[in-house]
Amino acid sequence: MSHISQQPDERHPMTGNRMDSGDDTGFERHEYDVVVIGAGGAGLRAAIAAHDAGARVAIVCKSLLGKAHTVMAEGGIAASMGNVYPDDNWRVHFRDTMRGGKMLNNWRMAQLHAQEAPERVLELEEWGALFDRTPEGLISQRDFGGHKYARLAHVGDRTGLEMIRTLQQHAVSLGIDVFMECTVTDIFKDGDAVAGAFAYWRETGRFVVFDAPAVVLATGGIGKSYQVTSNSWEYTGDGHALAMKTGASLINMEFVQFHPTGMVWPPSVKGILVTESVRGDGGALKNSEGNRFMFDYIPEYFKSETADSVEEAEGWYADKKNNRRPPELLPRDEVARAINSEIKAGRGSPHGGVFLDIASRRDADFIKRRLPSMYHQFKELADVDITAEPMEVGPTCHYVMGGVEVDADTEQSRVPGLYAAGEVAGGMHGSNRLGGNSLSDLLVFGRRAGESAAAYVQGLKDVRPRIVADDVRLAARTALAPFAIENGGENPYTIQKDLQDVMQRLVGIIRKAEELEESLEEIQKLKDRATRLSVEGHRQYNPGWHLAIDLTNMLIVCECIAKAALERKESRGGHTRDDYPGPDDSWGQVNLVLTLAGGDYSAPVDLEHKPLPQMPDDLRELFDQ
Amino acid sequence: MGYDLRLRVWRGDRSGGQLGDYSVPVEEGEVVLDAIHRLQATQAGDLAVRWNCKAGKCGSCSAEINGRPRLMCMTRLSDFEESETITVTPVRTFPVIRDLVTDVSFNYEKAKQVPAVKLTPRDPDGKRRMMQVDVERGQEFRKCIECFLCQNVCHVVRDHEENKEAFAGPRHFLRYAELDMHPLDTHDRRKLAQDVAGLGMCNITKCCTEVCPEGIHITDNAIIPMKERVVDRKFDPVTWLGSKIGRRDPRDEV
Repeated sequence: MSHISQQPDERHPMTGNRMDSGDDTGFERHEYDVVVIGAGGAGLRAAIAAHDAGARVAIVCKSLLGKAHTVMAEGGIAASMGNVYPDDNWRVHFRDTMRGGKMLNNWRMAQLHAQEAPERVLELEEWGALFDRTPEGLISQRDFGGHKYARLAHVGDRTGLEMIRTLQQHAVSLGIDVFMECTVTDIFKDGDAVAGAFAYWRETGRFVVFDAPAVVLATGGIGKSYQVTSNSWEYTGDGHALAMKTGASLINMEFVQFHPTGMVWPPSVKGILVTESVRGDGGALKNSEGNRFMFDYIPEYFKSETADSVEEAEGWYADKKNNRRPPELLPRDEVARAINSEIKAGRGSPHGGVFLDIASRRDADFIKRRLPSMYHQFKELADVDITAEPMEVGPTCHYVMGGVEVDADTEQSRVPGLYAAGEVAGGMHGSNRLGGNSLSDLLVFGRRAGESAAAYVQGLKDVRPRIVADDVRLAARTALAPFAIENGGENPYTIQKDLQDVMQRLVGIIRKAEELEESLEEIQKLKDRATRLSVEGHRQYNPGWHLAIDLTNMLIVCECIAKAALERKESRGGHTRDDYPGPDDSWGQVNLVLTLAGGDYSAPVDLEHKPLPQMPDDLRELFDQ
Repeated sequence: MGYDLRLRVWRGDRSGGQLGDYSVPVEEGEVVLDAIHRLQATQAGDLAVRWNCKAGKCGSCSAEINGRPRLMCMTRLSDFEESETITVTPVRTFPVIRDLVTDVSFNYEKAKQVPAVKLTPRDPDGKRRMMQVDVERGQEFRKCIECFLCQNVCHVVRDHEENKEAFAGPRHFLRYAELDMHPLDTHDRRKLAQDVAGLGMCNITKCCTEVCPEGIHITDNAIIPMKERVVDRKFDPVTWLGSKIGRRDPRDEV
């Protein structure tokens, strides 16, 4: 974009900021070895690891420290510590994870994840986390969907808060530099390799340049592109888009997780998460006729391990050895589809959800102790007492399985110096993520990314990539473009709303070719409109301007989702096609890889097929049981 | 059902500002933050406000609503009459950046002064054992979502900028208490709580406890016990004698 003419010593017409660049750019400038973008679980863990490996590290995050999306995680951290079931071990966890992802996961990531998660949890305890305990004093572990054994380390239903606070306090005690309320808009390269990043301070609107040969993306997900979502304003796919623009690739973008249980009423809270722990701790799903409908939706794939009668499911709560698991604890994709079908068949609750009932099984004390924030949330926001009456719940956009294609061991993308960890990375969860595997993913791969990034920088010795002055100038112009359109421009809030409508309507839980084609046309129209975004006011803490910048990221990510969803002609995990209702073995061997030619936002994304990495025989045997 | 809400919102920055009057359509079941968002999306695109989770879990959207410090996402419009004007102003104890956004860096600076936890070695099997009853005290304090409403109402700093240097505030007293009650921590921070964090300046008026959206008993369960522990350390004759004959608290003072 070049709405503003380029002259030396030029100042921006509205802000007076210098627009020229070069060694003396007039911009604040910092030098680091590793810049971590994002301060959720993955970002903090990556920064700690890079710091421990001797690197000079900065964390750059859009919100205040401690407010990232990890704080909202409720249920727990999956790790086969075997504290409740000594039979549990990494192989069982690995197998559950792969089956939950319908075997599309990167096997090596799933293996590393299962092997390393227990130590990562114990490490949190070392840094001050206070998990709930077993009667023997060990870290307690709770049941969750898709996990064979009770496996989630937890603190009531606020595990994410405990995790982020622990990591935050540890990072602060190490003296790691944190740039809060600072948003990265560009990553610079020198030739093929990363050279640094460009950001603006939300508070002042002024720019910052980071000279750094390694950047770790830990920016989370994309949920804010959907109308009904459990995600916050930050989830605009920044890291996904930055990776594409920098020349890296995305995989699995067609797989978007709709969490089965979000609040549905009142409208103001529609989409807010209702933790899977409610079901793990005994909650049953019922339709308007009072039936536990999940028994009608047990897929062949999970038949052998799922109770097929209410009696057996009831028996499981007391005797887990001799009864199979209730179908409420099937993986999230199965439960979300089932709820969707019940609502469509007219058996929904008054406000368009289904009923989730824990009051009939557990007493008030148990519920308040195990699910304090759910109790609080329903009481305060919906006037519902969950210890006495059922909740109304329905699917909500929660998580994107897709993300940056990385090397399983090092988390490096195809761009030297660019790493990704956590939700922004792809591969680990295949077509569907199991509950509890996200927090462990953040810790395991956050640490690996931080260590690899530090090692990469050490390997460079004194030959560091340098930022090209013209790139800095261009980044500044691009960021300021919305101020240059004076009258009659598009309102970013309106475009965001329209995009959310398109994605919810046409690229939601159940998809079909015509609708996906229509969505791509609509996204293109929105991209065109977004070239004329304008914002009111000035640069100081201006959410309208911030959204205008985020919108370009959202649009490109949505295009990736829709394009991959149209291409994958089967139903698997978080991707369900009305016109291709079953899984297809040949598609089960394929990843869809998305790239952006020349890093140009206005160009359409490219898509190619790539065969899945092959699992070695010793791991494959685990699935023959 | 829906109605037009009369909303007054403080607009301005460090150099000053004033209340702006708006009329915003709202729906049944909405909270103050919904009204602020609608105002932002339709009438005031540059209205500065912090928020993240919109579910009372992240503590970002603290403000003063009709003078009361609250989270905007947890304040329901049905708590007010439809004819009532709702006034939203930024929290008062911290300097304004713009509109409803304030500079809360005071809290982050104070957090840096608290030495981290340092636990005893692990058990031979690589794990640690703590009883639920022993972790529960600390768990109550770790429910803190860092909304800083307790800091905002604390009269030691609310209208006394000069006290900020020597006083860390209730949020950080929670942290000291949590660490002091950790079953396996090896540090003794009592001197620090008194000297650096200014625990003695608190005269337990419980304003902090009243505004805590998490319902943490800040005064009764954290500050008062912490004050007692500090006093024990200084004046308890047994402790005093112990220190003279070389029998000390097994923890290391930091």
